[in-house]
Amino acid sequence: MAGVLLSAKGIKIRFGGVVAADGIDLDVLEGENLAIIGPNGAGKTTFLNISTGYLRPQAGTINFLGQNITAQLPRTITKLGIARAFQIPQLFLDQTVMENMLISAASRQGRPSGFQALSRLPDVPEMERLLDLVGVSSYAQRKARELPEGQRKLVDISLALALKPRLLLMDEPTSGVASSEKLEIMDILTTALAKEKVTSVFVEHDMDMVERYANRVAVWNVGKIQKVGTPAEVLADPKVREQVIGI
Amino acid sequence: MAGRIKPITAAAAIFFLVSAVAPLFVSSWATLFALILAKGVVVLGIVLLLQAGQVSFGHAMFFAVGAYTAAFWGRYVGGGDIVLFLVLGAISSTVSGLIVGLFVVRYRDIFFGMLNLAFSMVLWSLLEKMYPYTNGADGIRVARPSLLGFSFTPETFQYLILYISLLTAIAAFYGVQRYLESPLGHMLRAIKSNETRLEYLGTSARRVLLVGYVISAFLGGIGGTLVAMIQQIATPEFGYWTKSGEFVFIAILGGGAHAFGAFAGAAMFECVRFYAAAHLADSWQLILGVVLIVIILYAPNGLIGLRQRYRQSGLGGS
Repeated sequence: MAGVLLSAKGIKIRFGGVVAADGIDLDVLEGENLAIIGPNGAGKTTFLNISTGYLRPQAGTINFLGQNITAQLPRTITKLGIARAFQIPQLFLDQTVMENMLISAASRQGRPSGFQALSRLPDVPEMERLLDLVGVSSYAQRKARELPEGQRKLVDISLALALKPRLLLMDEPTSGVASSEKLEIMDILTTALAKEKVTSVFVEHDMDMVERYANRVAVWNVGKIQKVGTPAEVLADPKVREQVIGI
Repeated sequence: MAGRIKPITAAAAIFFLVSAVAPLFVSSWATLFALILAKGVVVLGIVLLLQAGQVSFGHAMFFAVGAYTAAFWGRYVGGGDIVLFLVLGAISSTVSGLIVGLFVVRYRDIFFGMLNLAFSMVLWSLLEKMYPYTNGADGIRVARPSLLGFSFTPETFQYLILYISLLTAIAAFYGVQRYLESPLGHMLRAIKSNETRLEYLGTSARRVLLVGYVISAFLGGIGGTLVAMIQQIATPEFGYWTKSGEFVFIAILGGGAHAFGAFAGAAMFECVRFYAAAHLADSWQLILGVVLIVIILYAPNGLIGLRQRYRQSGLGGS
C-alpha cells in the first residue's frame, strides 16, 4: 500500500461568518491523483492555501512526510517538496518561458547568487526536456505574456515541475481553457506527472475530467469532507450527485 | 547571430570612448564628463531598483554617505587618496545600505519610496544640524587627494579624476549588466511581475530585493565619493530629497530597461544643465522640465527606448 505523503488532521478556519474548513481530515497517498470537488465556496482552494502556507489554520495540523508544516512559509514548504500551480497562471510575464523555467530551477537549487548568466545555467537541457514533456517547448523563447491561456496553464505547471516536487497541488488546471483543449491538456499533464513520479491533488469542477483522470476523489461541502472514494463510488452517490454535482 | 554586439552595447562603448577622448580637445569638458560618469554610476543603482518595480525617493542618502566619508576622512584624519576614498566610500555606503535595506525591503511601491525618503531626510537633518562636526549647510571641503602617494596639479587632477570616474563607470556598467543577466538579476525583475510566484518557487523576494538594494546603495556611495572628489566639497544638499529626485529624473530620462540608460540620462541631464545654466541662469530648471515632459510623452522608455520606438514606427532598419 502506498505511503501517506500529506496528512491533514482537524483543520479549521473561518473568515468572519463563513466556515471554510471545519475539521478537515485527509490523507494524500504517494503516487495518486486526488481530485477535490465541491460547490463554489466549499473551501477547496482554502485547503490548498493552508497546505502551501498561504493561510494559517485556526486549528489542526498538516504533516508532510511526517514533518509538521502547519503555518510554515510558502517558500519553506516549497523547499520541502510541495509545489503549486494556480487557477490563474502565475508567471513572470515580462520574461521568456525559458527564463521563467530557469528562475524556477535556480530557486530549487538555492544558488541564485552567482554571476553566471541565467541563459547559460547547466539546467537549460533539463528545462527544455520538461517544456517538451508538457508540450510547450515551441514557446520557450516567447515572452510569457504572449502565450494563449491554455499554454500559460501548462507553463505554470511546468514551473512547478521544475522544482522536482513530491506533491503538486493544482487549482482548477483546466479552468479558462476551451472545452476542446481540456482533454488534451489533462492527457499531457497526467502523462508528465506519471513520468516525473509526482503525486497530485487537483481541484476540479468538470466531472468528466475527474472521472477520467483521478484515482480518488474527495468531496468538499461547506468546509467539510462529505465523502472520499474512487470516482465511480463518489459520482454514484445520490447525495453527492444532488448536493455537489447538482443532478 | 551569436557573438553579435547589440546596438545598445555599441552605443555604450561609443559613449565611454567619447568620454575618454572629447575632454582632451575641450578641457572644460573634463569635469563635465567626470560628473556625468559619476552620476551615471549613482543612477545605475536607481535603474537596478526599477527592475524590481521600486523607486527610491531617498537614494541621495547613500550618495551623501559616500561623499561625507571622503570629507570626514580629510577633516579628521587628514590627507587622502583616491583609492582609499573609493574603498571607504564603498564600505560605508554598503553597510548603510544593508542597515536601511533591512527596513525598506519589507515595503513596496509608494511605501518603499517614502520610507527611503524619510531615511534620507533624517540623514540630511543630521548633516545640517550637527554643525560642530559637519559645518552644517556650508559642508566640508574635500582636499584634492593623491593617487597611491602621487600628488597632482589641479589641471592634471581634473583629467585624473575623469579617467578614474571612467574606469569606475565601465566596471559598474559591466558588473550591473552581469548581475541583471544572472539568476539573481532575473529574480529581481520577477519581483516586479509576480512576487507571489517567486515565493512559491522557494525564493525569498525580500532577500532578492535586499541584495539589489545593497548593490544599489554601494553604487550610490561610489558615485558620491567621486562627485565629492570632483567638486572637492560635500554638503548636506547631497542628501536632500531634491538630489534623490534628480537621480530618479535622470533614470526616467535615460530609461530603466538597460544599464546604459543611466549614462544616457546623466549625459543628457548634465549637458542641458551645463549649457542651459550658462545661457539661462535663472530658468535652466524650466528647460529640464520641458525635456522631461517631452521624454515622458514621446519616449516613455527613455532615451534608450527611442531606437526601439523608431524601429516600430517602420522608419528604422532591422
